[in-house]
Amino acid sequence: MPETGTSPAAGVAEAVVTGAQGTRTAGTQRAPATGTLRGLGVSPGRAAGRVCRMAGPPRLPDPLPVADAAREAALAVRALEEVAADLAARAGRTSDAEAGAILEAQSFMAADSGLRETVEENVAAGMDAGHAVDAACDHHRRALLEAGGYFAERAADLDDIRNRAVAAVLGLPVPGIPDPGHPFVLVAEDLAPADTVNLDPATVLALVTEKGGPTSHTAILARSRGLPAVVACRGALEIGEGIWVSVDGTAGEVGTGLGEQDAEEILRRAADERSRLAASAGPGRTADGHGVELLLNIGSAADLGAGVDAEGVGLFRTEFLFLGRKDAPGFEEQVAAYEAVLRAVPGGKVVVRTLDAGTDKPLPFLELPEEPNPALGVRGLRVGRVRQDVLDVQLDAIAEAARASGVRPWVMAPMVTTVGEAADFAARARARGITRVGAMIEVPAAALRAGHLLRELDFLSIGTNDLSQYAFAADRQHGELADLLDPWQAGLLRLVAECARAGRAAGKPVGVCGEAAADPLLATVLTGLGVTSLSMSAPSLAPVRERLARTSLARCEANARIALDADDPAVAREAVAEETAAEHAA
Amino acid sequence: MPERTVTIASRTGLHARPAKLFVQAAQAQGVPVRIRVGDGRPALATSMLAVLALGAVQGTEVTLTADDGPGAEAALDSLAALLARDLDAEEASGA
Repeated sequence: MPETGTSPAAGVAEAVVTGAQGTRTAGTQRAPATGTLRGLGVSPGRAAGRVCRMAGPPRLPDPLPVADAAREAALAVRALEEVAADLAARAGRTSDAEAGAILEAQSFMAADSGLRETVEENVAAGMDAGHAVDAACDHHRRALLEAGGYFAERAADLDDIRNRAVAAVLGLPVPGIPDPGHPFVLVAEDLAPADTVNLDPATVLALVTEKGGPTSHTAILARSRGLPAVVACRGALEIGEGIWVSVDGTAGEVGTGLGEQDAEEILRRAADERSRLAASAGPGRTADGHGVELLLNIGSAADLGAGVDAEGVGLFRTEFLFLGRKDAPGFEEQVAAYEAVLRAVPGGKVVVRTLDAGTDKPLPFLELPEEPNPALGVRGLRVGRVRQDVLDVQLDAIAEAARASGVRPWVMAPMVTTVGEAADFAARARARGITRVGAMIEVPAAALRAGHLLRELDFLSIGTNDLSQYAFAADRQHGELADLLDPWQAGLLRLVAECARAGRAAGKPVGVCGEAAADPLLATVLTGLGVTSLSMSAPSLAPVRERLARTSLARCEANARIALDADDPAVAREAVAEETAAEHAA
Repeated sequence: MPERTVTIASRTGLHARPAKLFVQAAQAQGVPVRIRVGDGRPALATSMLAVLALGAVQGTEVTLTADDGPGAEAALDSLAALLARDLDAEEASGA
């Protein structure tokens, strides 16, 4: 990695920051002049440019006594009106129709009569303008969260309105994406959906956030836009405004201490890399022709778009039909949705995952009681313990969609834990004529019994995100623990290896459909472990395909041994990168 | 009290564009209209946030109510008719 940390500026102390341990050798008050910040690379690619920081959310001072309630209410309402007008103006400026529609909807929300009423009530109850806006947004935010599903996703819009309106009341700068008039690397604490709709790939070169994890909104957005991104990057906010940095979204590194010329060189090479990737096509295979199926993760037929060059769908999440519903979707509605996907996939390989819901992703019609620890509660296949009818209707619908389309889907259940559960699911599916039945491996106990599971099942698909969460006892949403969820952790890879070994022994496919599959370098490790397919979101596909095509199976296997032996994910990543680059150079 | 019960036809439910069109139409009525799901709490049809918080998706039955008075029946008819249309499909076809 010659770009990072090799341009020592005379007289400036070297600062090394490692996110994994959170240790720093530099003072926390000043930005490192030359060095490398480490976080999680969540969207591949490289870029370099000047840092622009996003203004953080305004902090409310202590509540003020209100002397003139009418004046206070007017101040609060005017702030909401300003926000609505500003959002509408931004909607008018953007050339992206979808982004414009989102901003317009948000502007409409800021001008909402119900929101205004709540603000006025709060002022009448004695709050100052800032607190009245804050509390009103919080009130409506909760109502949206209670509605669940995609209604709950709008809660983040309200957070953004809150931040903008509170800033307007306090006379602080508007939070949001900066507009310095030149391309920049956006550095933020974290990004909300509303921050990102206006992200112009021509202006924003890369994303770096102090918080967030591999499955955060920032990560998903960056991948969909093809922007290199590093999240959970400790110290990122300490990099000074306007400082030149390099961003490596594959390795998860942010380098400082470079100049404009270095940055131009990095951008030029990144452009070359992109055009090389664009030229890659066809099925996944190593340099010596060992096939690894490259598949897509989708939520509905709409995600398939036009002209995606994949070998099928490795994960069709069926939740979208169910989320936010007061009643379960009917049989016919489900058949239509599944059939649309089965028909849309050229070649016809589709892995359908049955409903993955539970108290962590609540569905009102399931009427599940609240649980103190939802991630460890009734979720995934376990929902069948209380509502077997919902899962049975879904299996009926999948079977009918298969008959109607003439495509034989692969069907798997989430959160399978024991051989008994696998056998029961397989029996239910096969009784309906479903011939390829499998399980997601997300629970460590299931990974350890992979061989026995495969006596009942035809395939396994490893969900590395949840498998990490359960193996490392670390909540996926917990930004402080993101290093534990690094898919390069040897403990996780051991579990993957066990599944792959069992698959080889049984002669049955074992795939990976978590975020791990989207990391090109890690894809070589997974291939070396014996994983037979990798499923990911569409933009990750070309880099993975291209990397595999340049790497021999023997190198993949050696990479797997390195990664399994390493005590530190960063060390594993670096060693595998070096050895793989050496093979490419040879 | 006059009321209409109607099934949400839009693919995305009362969300995004369909919700906005509904709220705008409610704002254009001369009478205040409320909307509820089942026996739930009635929400102001003129508030986007209140309408979103209903969590009404395609296929959900909602009930519109208004106080007795001139224009109430007509307002309910026009809003119910709007909800019975797939507003997403109309957008997709450029209508």
